[in-house]
Amino acid sequence: MTGPVLSLSGITKRFGALLANDAISLELQPGEILALLGENGAGKSTLVSILFGHYTADSGSITVFGQALPPGDPRAALAAGIGMVHQHFTLADNLRVLDNIMLGSEPLWQPFTRRAAARARLLAVSQRFGLEVDPDAVVGTLSVGERQRVEILKALYRGARILILDEPTAVLTPQESEALFHVLGQMVAQGLSIIFISHKLAEVLRVSDRVAVLRQGRLVAQARSADTSQAQLAQWMVGHAVGAPQRHPAQRTGEAVCVLRDVCTPAGRDRLDRVSLALHSGEIVAVAGISGNGQVALAEVLSGTRGIASGEVRLLGAPLPKSPAQLTALGVARIPEDRHAVGVVGDLPVWENAVSERLRSRLFSRFSWVRRRAALAYAQALIARFDVRGAGPLAPARSLSGGNMQKLILGRALMHPAGTGTPRLIVAHQPTWGLDIGAVAYVQAQLIAAREAGAAVLLLSGDLDEVLTLGDRVAVMHRGHLSEAVPAAQWTRESIGLAMAGARPHEDAHAA
Amino acid sequence: MRLEKRQQTSPLAWVLAPLGAVGFTLLVSALLVLWAGAPVGRTYLLLLQGGFGSVFALSETLTRAIPLILTGLAATVAFRARLFNIGAEGQLYAGALAAVAVGGAHGGTGWDLPPALLFGLMLAASALAGALLLLGPALMKARLGVDEVVTTLLLNFIVLLLVSMMLDGPMKDPTAMGWPQSVALLPELELSKLIAQTRVHSGLLAGMGLALGLWVLMRYTVLGFDIRALGANAGAAAFVGVPVTRTLVWVAVLSGGLAGLAGAIEVAGRTSYLTLDMSPGYGYSGIVIAMLAGLQPLGVLFAGVFVAGMLVGADSMSRAVGVPTYIADVIVAASLISVLVAGALAQYRVRWK
Repeated sequence: MTGPVLSLSGITKRFGALLANDAISLELQPGEILALLGENGAGKSTLVSILFGHYTADSGSITVFGQALPPGDPRAALAAGIGMVHQHFTLADNLRVLDNIMLGSEPLWQPFTRRAAARARLLAVSQRFGLEVDPDAVVGTLSVGERQRVEILKALYRGARILILDEPTAVLTPQESEALFHVLGQMVAQGLSIIFISHKLAEVLRVSDRVAVLRQGRLVAQARSADTSQAQLAQWMVGHAVGAPQRHPAQRTGEAVCVLRDVCTPAGRDRLDRVSLALHSGEIVAVAGISGNGQVALAEVLSGTRGIASGEVRLLGAPLPKSPAQLTALGVARIPEDRHAVGVVGDLPVWENAVSERLRSRLFSRFSWVRRRAALAYAQALIARFDVRGAGPLAPARSLSGGNMQKLILGRALMHPAGTGTPRLIVAHQPTWGLDIGAVAYVQAQLIAAREAGAAVLLLSGDLDEVLTLGDRVAVMHRGHLSEAVPAAQWTRESIGLAMAGARPHEDAHAA
Repeated sequence: MRLEKRQQTSPLAWVLAPLGAVGFTLLVSALLVLWAGAPVGRTYLLLLQGGFGSVFALSETLTRAIPLILTGLAATVAFRARLFNIGAEGQLYAGALAAVAVGGAHGGTGWDLPPALLFGLMLAASALAGALLLLGPALMKARLGVDEVVTTLLLNFIVLLLVSMMLDGPMKDPTAMGWPQSVALLPELELSKLIAQTRVHSGLLAGMGLALGLWVLMRYTVLGFDIRALGANAGAAAFVGVPVTRTLVWVAVLSGGLAGLAGAIEVAGRTSYLTLDMSPGYGYSGIVIAMLAGLQPLGVLFAGVFVAGMLVGADSMSRAVGVPTYIADVIVAASLISVLVAGALAQYRVRWK
């Protein structure tokens, strides 16, 4: 086949004042892996949503295999051979792999399902692309990597010849990512074309033939992967040169601020299994791991929103208090994983969100009456100090962008009213997730500053680079088990990857 | 067709949305009036005159608005916290029953208490009865995750049957010639009339005062913040330390208490005794009123008067031009739907493929 399999021309999409896609023209060649690179908010998701028919473009057109694609129709996109693998899987956990793959692919008025034929076809597809999976396994029992394979198979089963992968490595260990890259290689060798969306420079260069960089809705650069470098890509992505992240020398650590001993949480989807950890003043302990391995449970236990089944948690020598308000009063600063669902109440104004943790203290209420003036003044000070832009104190918090919302949460946690001490313990769960590079640097700098001021910092992150850059000591979570926290220098990306998959390297060393 | 969220809502949309809602309501209702074979303009005029056009009409409207305002407030506070209390009807009857029990079922002796004290006891008992009735569902929701819509709705029927049993049994008025009707309150406990020769009673002032009080509570107190935060985002509320169960208990007490008071005030202000047809669904109408008011306590006052005016106006209009009184229900329902749709359209843009 000659000519591009897919061509976008002049795609423009506007959301109110925001120009999400500005006249983007892009071509995908047969047998090519094209990486779509850009920061969060650069317009990658909007572009593929238009391609897949979830949005309609304001102007511009799409041609697939020489045919114009009708806008705004996911079924037409599917029929044209476009398959999409979302970052968040769309699988039914309680069904078998085969059922998940057949789901929605059979006409409703066909009286019997043709399982045997479907099974044969699934096995043929999986053999052809080297995607091995047991058709009879219940999806809920599969690992994340295996589920991703099912998602890809689902697209291939439906005859996809152009595959769009949205941040496919976000949930994988380095080793699983390698395996995925290998499969992708086999797929393009068979003539498929792939669009690979990511904001990770190294893996983009590793896997793609060509890179297209988006910034603020515009296509700013295209290059052959072989002809470019990480530094060049970063510059295109951000718009200016980016310094290498600074490695900070380990601090002298002080007393143990928080100690967990053999902590178990009640059985559930995300749990702790005999976790022991000591967090000292003046250090950052970073916890790596694939999400869903107990990080939520660990963060919630230390945030006062989940109880423990056995074991012991001590804060400053006393048992951990049960309520979030008491934790705040004792100097525990908490940054939750999900800004929108847990971090702020989007319908309420910025000022109420700014004081919400301390509303019950005498500073902001008396006899259960809110001291509005004091609270507003505090919110103003927070907005100024943490540079929260885009909305005043009276605007609803939902009108803030992700980065500014995170600054608000960071300010609420780290700023302390006169008369209260600096934070003693900071529990930060994915504090930089989804932020642009500038905001990431700001959040990381705040965590380092808090460490220097003597706080003990627990950083739970899915970003290995962040874990290795910020962590003085690093531990890895797997299935609720937390490895021993050892100095970051004793880890390599490979050993962390193995530990994320369940190996226990440092404990083996102890046993030997 | 699909909906896309607007980045910003233009001020024009906020003006046009309610106007569009009114226009749509009038249009839908006009079609039904035409169907009934009546002149549209005259019917609307009679409807307005019957509801608001004279001192008598206005007084009847305000009288009808009093229980609606109270149940509207009950729904407002509960829905703000996402405690979907569908049981205001039962709570209203429970409150009325408690009021009669304290204010009348003692053989007219008043237990030899001063009337002012007895009056206070009567209101407290009715509020308590309504509150207790909602407390169970609220705790079951908080502790066990039981759906409060089901429990509160079903409690309505249980309470109505209980009232029926009491009216045919221990609380039956022996002088009522066999009608299932309760004994009357002591005359000293009845509410005074606001305007002579009309039925408007001082319960209206109570409704206005309670609306104002609820507005202050929601806006200026820690409990108000807790209720708003819990309703808007329960996960975030728990994270910042809002005591979820305790807040739900308070909401149940407030919401059930307001609905219970509606029952007591209706008995003390209008009927002076309890019958099984005292409320033509005030508890359910309260939900409509709360939604019409956008869950704003002060808006409930206006929404309550509007709905009452439609109901009262439809009665007199119906006698004049023969359009069934159900047109009032249609107008109220159409206005609720169009207000909700208009609010959504102000925030979302419709795209046609």
